[in-house]
Amino acid sequence: MENKTLKKIDLIFAGYTSTKYKVLEKTFQKTPDEIINEVLDSGLKGRGGAGFPTGLKWKFTKNQESDVKYVVCNADEGEPGTFKDREILERVPRKVFSGMAICGRAIGAKEGYLYLRGEYTYLVPSLLKEIEIFEEYSKQYNYGFKIFIRLGSGAYICGEESALFESMEGKRGEPRNKPPYPTVSGYNSKPTVINNVETFATVQVICKIGAQEYKKLGTTDSRGSKLFSVSGDTPIAGIHELELGMPLQEFVDEFGDGDTKAVQVGGASGHCVPRKQFNQTVIGFEGIPTGGSMMVFNSSRSMYNVLHDYLEFFTEESCGQCTPCRVGCQQLLKGIEAVKRGERPPSYLEDLKRLAQTMKIAAKCGLGQSVANPFNSIIDNFREEIIY
Amino acid sequence: MSKTDVLIKELVTKYGKNRNSLMPVLQGVVQSEKCLSEETLISIARELELSAAEVYGTASFYTFLDTVPRGKNIIRICKTITCHMKGKDEIILALENMLRIKVGETTHDKKFTLLTANCLGWCHKGPVMLVNNEVFPEINVQKSIEIIEKFSKETA
Ligand SMILES: Cc1cc2nc3c(=O)[nH]c(=O)nc-3n(C[C@H](O)[C@H](O)[C@H](O)COP(=O)(O)O)c2cc1C
Ligand code: SF4
Ligand code: FES
Repeated sequence: MENKTLKKIDLIFAGYTSTKYKVLEKTFQKTPDEIINEVLDSGLKGRGGAGFPTGLKWKFTKNQESDVKYVVCNADEGEPGTFKDREILERVPRKVFSGMAICGRAIGAKEGYLYLRGEYTYLVPSLLKEIEIFEEYSKQYNYGFKIFIRLGSGAYICGEESALFESMEGKRGEPRNKPPYPTVSGYNSKPTVINNVETFATVQVICKIGAQEYKKLGTTDSRGSKLFSVSGDTPIAGIHELELGMPLQEFVDEFGDGDTKAVQVGGASGHCVPRKQFNQTVIGFEGIPTGGSMMVFNSSRSMYNVLHDYLEFFTEESCGQCTPCRVGCQQLLKGIEAVKRGERPPSYLEDLKRLAQTMKIAAKCGLGQSVANPFNSIIDNFREEIIY
Repeated sequence: MSKTDVLIKELVTKYGKNRNSLMPVLQGVVQSEKCLSEETLISIARELELSAAEVYGTASFYTFLDTVPRGKNIIRICKTITCHMKGKDEIILALENMLRIKVGETTHDKKFTLLTANCLGWCHKGPVMLVNNEVFPEINVQKSIEIIEKFSKETA
């Protein structure tokens, strides 16, 4: 394993140059295949959490025969503990729109949609202003790429890509069966690239500095840097761009309050890492991947409360479409409450873990499938706190 | 034609007469009316040439598309973990006392509805609340009361 140390980076929020959309001018001199190869070469993986190689996603979509294709930017940012996409859209929206336009050119799409969570409606006026600037520019150079905003309405599940398309099509935000994947059938059943806000912003960075330069950062499995949303028991809560591949211990040394007991990596649907594992845990796709949410807990916190909060979250946000998740979330929540009250023996936790494991296999989408991550990691490491 | 019907027609003209316009149309109506009544949903269905059941099915899925009457101002306090750790309970209690309602209820004068929400994307500056579309990070009991007082004065 490559040993990286914690390193602060400043690429995503680094200032704009005076010429607007300058990167597009440079990038559009390349052919679509050259653009895709650059993105592939950079090793960029999706910054929304799942970490699919971005260049590959683009290549698959480009190779689909279709007169209509779409670019969709996922700005539904609902994972508890994540707030970096909002900050990107506030401070450097031009990078996001550049990334979308570059994607449009690469795959042959004329329309891009930004699906913005309803909780961020206050960003719309400034984003529309930036879209106007983009379109002036786009017209001037005959790019013929248009960007539209669509709003969500308070449903976490709409961050799941196929639920997001359903929502854009005026339907309930219920995830679809996969396959087909969005690269084949996404928005309006057309080939679609859907990427996270940070992924598009990073594409702009890569096209600006070049894949060679970008991939000097990070490790073989996790190229580059990414934004971390740091919250909880930390004196420096906020957004920090860090090189990928660092040990969690170094992160805690930098961001903890000296009394860190656990870090929840990747939001409510991520993993809880206890103090004794800080040293051997790497933050990156070779270790624990994260969409950027890092919630820090010190020893004054009850991990029962933390788990209870997460389970309440999933119970409320489950779309209810499939039984393992709809009923499973409720049963896990009721289950730990029953153990806490002494109505069930501690061994009942083993049954609940099996239920979570079943959900991992049987649930239809990532929401139900990932409940086992926080559930099992908290039960395994903080069993006493759950029981007593 | 009622004021709502005029608004629906405007929205449909703006976004286009097809199913993909349903969310923006519903959102536009909620923005100004705060609530989607049965008649409103039927009008939207007619205007977009969809069945009323489809329109209701979509509307009822989304937390922000209210089908029950709400106050003129909607307060949403984040109740997710980091805001929980930073004291959202005291703020909820303070606003419940101030407005004399419980979470989920609307004041008698219809000025305010008090709700909780999941993570609002400001965890580093919790506790945080939304009032309508405006965000208020780093609040405390005192600040939250002042903010609501200000909205109260501005609401006729
Ligand atoms: C329940 C659920 C919620 C999700 N929410 C988001 C989200 O808010 N933002 C996001 O970018 N991806 C979210 N995703 C991941 C998307 O489905 C998709 O993988 C992602 O947008 C792809 O972009 P990327 O490859 O650039 O990361 C979510 C997935 C699931 C299962
Ligand atoms: S796993 Fe949960 S959120 Fe996903 S489709 Fe099933 S019920 Fe809906
Ligand atoms: S937990 Fe309250 S804003 Fe994220």
